Amino acid sequence: MTITRRTFVLSAAAASVLPALNAFATVDEATQAVDKILSGRSAQVGRVTLEIPPLVENGNLVTMKVSVQSPMTEADYVRTIHIVAEGNPLPNVVSFFLSPRSGRAAVTTRIRLGDSQRVRAIAQMNDGSFWQGDAATLVTLAACTEV
Amino acid sequence: MSKTSRTIVTMPATAKKGEILEIRIIVQHDMESGFRHTETGQRIPRDIIRDFRCTYNGVEVFRVELHPAMGANPLIVFTTTATESGTLEFKWSGDNGYASSTTSTLTVT
Repeated sequence: MTITRRTFVLSAAAASVLPALNAFATVDEATQAVDKILSGRSAQVGRVTLEIPPLVENGNLVTMKVSVQSPMTEADYVRTIHIVAEGNPLPNVVSFFLSPRSGRAAVTTRIRLGDSQRVRAIAQMNDGSFWQGDAATLVTLAACTEV
Repeated sequence: MSKTSRTIVTMPATAKKGEILEIRIIVQHDMESGFRHTETGQRIPRDIIRDFRCTYNGVEVFRVELHPAMGANPLIVFTTTATESGTLEFKWSGDNGYASSTTSTLTVT
C-alpha cells in the first residue's frame, strides 16, 4: 500500500491517540502485581539487592543485576525472584525460579524500561517468607515510545 | 520470524565438584513487545519468548518466566553448582510456536 498524504495524516492522528489507550501502568497496577505475587503475605525490606544504572541513556536495553543474601542450601534457599517495574506498560518484567543447586542467588539480565521509575525485586525464600529491594533510575530515552 | 533461532551458551567445559559455575546464555529474538506500531498506525502483534529452562542431567535447576519488558536478544547470566559430569540442556519456548534448545557437556573432576 502506498502512503498518500491523506492516509498518512489519518495514521499519524491514529498513532497519536493509540499510545493513550495503552497507557503506562500506574503505581497502583504495580502494587496489584506485587500483591498477586505476595498473595496475602507481606514482604520485609532487605536481603535483596537490585543493581540498575542510576542514569539510563537507552531504556531498550538496561543491564540489571539482582542478588539475594542466602546460603542457598537445601534448608535455606531462594525459591523465586520477581522483578516489577512501576513505570512500564505491564508491571511484570521477569521471574526467576531458583533451587539449592543454583549455588548463588544472583542473576543478571537486560530489561526494557518505559520511563524513569522505581524497579522492585521481590524474592520468596523456601520457608515462604518474602523479602524485597528496589532501585530508582532515570531513563533519558524510554523504550516503547517509538511508533 | 522463524520458529527457532541462534543461541549462544558460555560456560566452562570442566569444573571441580561443588564449584559454582557461571552460565551466560543469549538467544537471538526480537522480543516484539506488542506496544509498537507500524508507520500506518497498526499495532505490531506481540511475539516474545515466554519461558526458559535449564536442566542438568534431566533435573531442572533454573527456570525463567519472560515478559514483554525483557530486552531484545535476551541475555541471562545465572549460576549452578557442579555436581556430576553430564549434559546441561537449555530450552527456550515462546509465542507462535517458537522453540529452540542447545546442550553443553560438563566434565566434573
